[in-house]
Amino acid sequence: MDKIKTLISNNIQTYGMVIALVGIAVLFQILTNGILLTPLNITNLIMQNSYIIILAIGMLIVIITGEIDLSVGSVAAFVGAVAGMLLVTHDFPIWLAIILCLLIGAMIGAWQGFWVAYVNIPAFIVTLAGMLIFRGLTLVTLQGETIAPFPDGFRSLSSAFLPDWFGGQDFHILTIVLGIIFSVLFILYELNFRRTNRKYNLHVSSFPSFVTKLIIFTFAINFFTYSLARYAGTPYILLILILLIIGYTFVMNRTVIGRHVYSVGGNENAARLSGVKTKKIKFLAFVNMGVLAAFAGLVFAGRLNAATPQAGTLFELDAIAAAVIGGASFSGGVGRVFGAVIGALVMGLLNNGMSLMGIGIDWQQAIKGLVLLLAVAFDVLSKRR
Amino acid sequence: MIQVIIPKKNCSKAFRGLLLLYESKSGGLDPFHIRGVMNMSSTILEMKNIVKTFPGVKALDNVNFKVTEGEIHALIGENGAGKSTLMKVLSGVHPYGTYEGDIVFQGEVCEFNDVNDSEAKGIVIVHQELALIPELSIAENIFLGNERSKSGIINWYETIQETKSLLDKVGLNIDPEVQIKNLGVGQRQLVEIAKALSKKVKLLILDEPTAALNEEDTENFLNLLLEFKKQGMTSILISHKLKELFKVSDSITVLRDGQTVSSYSFKQDEISENKIIKDMVGRDLTNLFPERQHNIEDEVVFEIKNWTVYHPMDTERKIIDSVNLEVRKGEVVGIAGLMGAGRTELAMSVFGKSYGKKISGQILIDGQEVEINSVDQAIKHGLCYVSEDRKDFGLILNDSVKNNLTLANLKKVANNNILDTRKEVVEAESLKARLNIKAPTIEQKTINLSGGNQQKVVLGKWIFTEPEILILDEPTRGIDVGAKYEVYTIINELADQGKSVIFISSELPELLGICDRIYTLSEGRITGNISIDEASQESLMTYMTQSWRS
Repeated sequence: MDKIKTLISNNIQTYGMVIALVGIAVLFQILTNGILLTPLNITNLIMQNSYIIILAIGMLIVIITGEIDLSVGSVAAFVGAVAGMLLVTHDFPIWLAIILCLLIGAMIGAWQGFWVAYVNIPAFIVTLAGMLIFRGLTLVTLQGETIAPFPDGFRSLSSAFLPDWFGGQDFHILTIVLGIIFSVLFILYELNFRRTNRKYNLHVSSFPSFVTKLIIFTFAINFFTYSLARYAGTPYILLILILLIIGYTFVMNRTVIGRHVYSVGGNENAARLSGVKTKKIKFLAFVNMGVLAAFAGLVFAGRLNAATPQAGTLFELDAIAAAVIGGASFSGGVGRVFGAVIGALVMGLLNNGMSLMGIGIDWQQAIKGLVLLLAVAFDVLSKRR
Repeated sequence: MIQVIIPKKNCSKAFRGLLLLYESKSGGLDPFHIRGVMNMSSTILEMKNIVKTFPGVKALDNVNFKVTEGEIHALIGENGAGKSTLMKVLSGVHPYGTYEGDIVFQGEVCEFNDVNDSEAKGIVIVHQELALIPELSIAENIFLGNERSKSGIINWYETIQETKSLLDKVGLNIDPEVQIKNLGVGQRQLVEIAKALSKKVKLLILDEPTAALNEEDTENFLNLLLEFKKQGMTSILISHKLKELFKVSDSITVLRDGQTVSSYSFKQDEISENKIIKDMVGRDLTNLFPERQHNIEDEVVFEIKNWTVYHPMDTERKIIDSVNLEVRKGEVVGIAGLMGAGRTELAMSVFGKSYGKKISGQILIDGQEVEINSVDQAIKHGLCYVSEDRKDFGLILNDSVKNNLTLANLKKVANNNILDTRKEVVEAESLKARLNIKAPTIEQKTINLSGGNQQKVVLGKWIFTEPEILILDEPTRGIDVGAKYEVYTIINELADQGKSVIFISSELPELLGICDRIYTLSEGRITGNISIDEASQESLMTYMTQSWRS
């Protein structure tokens, strides 16, 4: 009996938010009479939340260093506005415009990182200022108007789908194939990981729970790609998201710089005296945030097919909520990329599910606020045991 | 029981204060008399068969602990022996129901649900980590949570008056409205005691009260305790410093691995320091310091010339003044100095200019002048610095043993900046075994380790950088006798391997037991360079107290 208890409590800590995500999905699936998990809506879910996931990854890293960025919504709006100006007003080539926009994002990040890391001004103040500065600059750039429409090539970044090389008729075969390839890679990776861990005499989970995990994940991946295939297939943005998630997970868990980021948030003094360049790490976290905010701004503008002055309002709160729901701690040093993505999906699922049910924006906000509070309370309480 | 009646005018000033406490507690007592229970053999506190388990660990295993009224009772044991847990059970931090066994206080079985319950009975604990708020005044701190107020509005007049009389009692002559941040560590400790007194204390528990105090403050503090004892207060004193305990306490209880090993009364039993140490560690420590071959080579490995450092905020103030220092291969060099002499400042300014402004002077390694402007460069040149403050400057408490061990030299377990996590595990395991770090796994968070093991993790982190010159700043502060011995052994091994060690400590016997040569530092200058054969506590103290400024 005790064994089962520890098994459950261990897994709740690791997969708590995943379980919550599944729970919310099931709840809305019932409440919306099955609309939530239709192929169309699953595709929508990904595309609607892509920019929040992108922001959440950047925000997570900033929060791990023990800082915060309140300006990401304004930065996204400003970059969207610049993209509108470059592409619509001045007919720049798309690739050049995208590169310029990402560079602007990096420079904005460097600007804020400079004040936070080298001048020691609290990030809350620096980015609060940034929130106003870049919202203002957005209005200046757009002169209070909306710029539209964007060229098709630019829009495909956020709203187009992979072509089906296999020529499936009402079924996107390539997506199914990708799903199978991805599951096979996943299983091979897990098997290899388990084998090497054995070789080094490290801890491995019991065989039944290992197999259960594989089955659940394989099923989830393939159910997901099957749903996508029944609608229009794989959106480009999904591939980009997967690359970002895998890339950032790798950087945070397996590289020297990732470990340095965690150490700066965990104890800045100890990290500094261990030879970690703490200022540089904080600076880079903000530069990274700037680039990702710029990218999110591009995706959002593309999806909306317009650069508007009010774009990105409250994005910063969604991104912070996602990171925190995903287990990041404001005291720094704690948090995982995967967690932030799950957090973003929880928020996205709530938005989407409540909209499908016809709940007004007023109640949606109140409910999201409550969920944020409860999620963190749950996390705090489960760790206290 | 004998009732004693003492006329008030004969009492000492401090005693009058205590009288007030008794009176205010017992209400309408004749103000000229005190009724005290002076039967010295009565038991004020008995903890019977206390068992306290944490997940996976039995922290207290059938502990019995008995305190006689009016005595100073020392509680001693290695870190992790269960002293703090026992006191947390007693003070209600671990509430009734989370432990087994009984607490009998003044003949009553007590069931404390929280600290307020135990304080209501007069059991007050002064924690090791001082719990004062730096930005608030002394008076505000003393009455924090216990404000002198009427319907929520604070009576400042009363607060200040009472604070004054409490400060009087602890011999602190300072304006009650001074902010805590302006006080020294010793004075803060006294404020803590005053705070405890404000709670009508009958049993005062002091958890390592002198750990951060210098010799003079310690002396004053111990005298204060004795004064309280004369006035009939009972105290439990937890400390690692045996000398202190022998000086002031009436009885002593030794805990080891969550069990009561022995309990002595100084009146009845023959006790020696060795006997207590043996009880604490469960073995004979015939020598406090491990034997060492002094294989010092002539080659000077590390040299500092004309090192001058100014205060980081007040750039006119010299903190370190033209220091010259050299260390040979395989040599352990001590730095002795009083608080404020600049020991830590010297070490940190050398270690990648981590302290101070306008630093000038030369550092020579193997006879070559080197430029060291960052910690990173210092590590590359084979330097390392173990901070005196392992919690704030040494460890990432929320991170695992493994991640702490490898942090300063991740390159060693990485290819092209990508970590080889398995190699990392292997390296961490081998360090854990080599340094005998007691943790269930290398994934254990360092916050859950005892002080001695935390210190070994910090040492391990630096050994992992393969340094040639180790600067150890108070590496044995706040750790128990057994762990100290292990740290000394590690230092000896490093010296035997031809490493050079700079050993900073405020404990003179430790310096005399470990070093080959000792520098004394006073007010930022080197005042002596004494070989171990000529050094004694007296000679060191003479040099340490030499003053340069008027």
